[in-house]
Amino acid sequence: MLTIHCPNCGVTAEETEFHAHGEAHLKRFGPGSSEDDFESYLFMRKNPKGVHFERWRHQYGCGKWFHVARCTTTLEIFGSYSAQTTEPPKEIINHIENRRPDWNATEAPK
Amino acid sequence: MKKYSVFAVAREAMRHHTGWNRAWRDAQPKAKYDVIIIGAGGHGLATAYYLGKNFGITNVAILEKGWLGGGNTGRNTTIIRSNYLQDPSAAIYEKSRSLYETMSQDLNYNVMFSPRGVIMLAQTEHEVRGYKRTAHANALQGVQTEFIDAARVKELCPIMDIDGPSYPVLGGLWQARGGTARHDAVAWGYARACSDMGMDVIQKCEVTGIRQEGGKVVGVSTSRGDIGCDKLGMVVAGHSGHLADMAGFRLPIESVALQALVSEPIKPCMDVVVMANTVHGYLSQSDKGEMVIGGGTDGYNNYTQRGSFHHIEETVRALVETFPMLSRLKMLRQWGGIVDVTGDRSPILSKTPVENIFINCGWGTGGFKAIPGSGWAMAELMAKGRSPLTDAFGLERFTEGRFIDESVAAGVAH
Repeated sequence: MLTIHCPNCGVTAEETEFHAHGEAHLKRFGPGSSEDDFESYLFMRKNPKGVHFERWRHQYGCGKWFHVARCTTTLEIFGSYSAQTTEPPKEIINHIENRRPDWNATEAPK
Repeated sequence: MKKYSVFAVAREAMRHHTGWNRAWRDAQPKAKYDVIIIGAGGHGLATAYYLGKNFGITNVAILEKGWLGGGNTGRNTTIIRSNYLQDPSAAIYEKSRSLYETMSQDLNYNVMFSPRGVIMLAQTEHEVRGYKRTAHANALQGVQTEFIDAARVKELCPIMDIDGPSYPVLGGLWQARGGTARHDAVAWGYARACSDMGMDVIQKCEVTGIRQEGGKVVGVSTSRGDIGCDKLGMVVAGHSGHLADMAGFRLPIESVALQALVSEPIKPCMDVVVMANTVHGYLSQSDKGEMVIGGGTDGYNNYTQRGSFHHIEETVRALVETFPMLSRLKMLRQWGGIVDVTGDRSPILSKTPVENIFINCGWGTGGFKAIPGSGWAMAELMAKGRSPLTDAFGLERFTEGRFIDESVAAGVAH
């Protein structure tokens, strides 16, 4: 069971209070984009074996959205951060690099 | 290969069972094969088997990073049915179900196919309408199903309480020729038949890279050295995205954990399979007497082959209302598998951006039932370049927006 921290209201609780909503930092493509970009935006997910940046919502709490960096092979949570950003904050990236020395930071969303 | 028969059993009984051989060879990798299949689970082995049986291609290796049938083939709830809404799904799943009917004879291996009947419970008005629609669609597709009322559900499965306050049973979609089979035996039977045709089933051989030249696959790098091939089939369920990444393309797949559990064994009390999609509870009784319970998927990407405890609690709590007797049972074991889920909950059987690499994945939460049909269709796709069974399941359907939407049709709250 995951223990997740909500950066919006400051509550740390177990996962049943939250709901996962998939990959974070997706770049939107709409009318006028190429078919490949549009398909990729709609369906192609990173689905990595390892470090994953994802959207969560504090469903049974403050109801607000935020982002979590998590490892999909160990379920370790590296940290939560605000959803009002297009890329993970530096301290999250540094923390992941400390915990996963072989992780390639260029794979982080930009 | 020694044929298994009553005479063989009698003969061996006379000589203290000293004459049984290994069911399949423990093969060493050769330098090159015509076809390499990655993944020795049900789908991979079935693909190899039908490549040999239907197309005479037997210079084949099946690579497995763990042990044979140790992934989702050994982790499911063994339910077999073909009552899907969309035509392409009904075609491939019904092909699969019909192959299960004679699989034990075809493979000379008892897979214990038990067509005991499957009821999908309608517990909301929405499901009643949905299943009536599916029953009509199935009639047109030649799949034998019918919508039955609550009294008939009770007659087929007397241990159910159909008047539950939260989830009353309003009826059900009944497929009399659906049922279960012994999941391990399906993998073992195919492995034995493949090995007998001269194919190499290579376990503990993890693929670490896909070798390409000029946009064409030429082989794989593995933990046991490089192996060449003309054609490559990726049939690895939850790890499909990981392998596609090695080959340099992406898939519309997300991997999540799906779990199941079994109770202590009890006397026979239920001779059908019951699926309660509204509450994500799937129930049958194994030949050992254990109540086999399938649960829902966890909501987040996961490669750990474990599920969250609260999902078990949710599933069991909901099932106890419909099956009050379950409340007294102790649960023996729980396990999880990593399933590969697509946006439209339909599989992908397709060519890929790399020439001569074919992919079979995306069976999500219901792959076991599809093993023989999937293998049959995938073998045709790999041998001939296309198959009428796989035409609709290509990767291009996501670009073209031509989905085979079984997520709504399943009536399951995803």
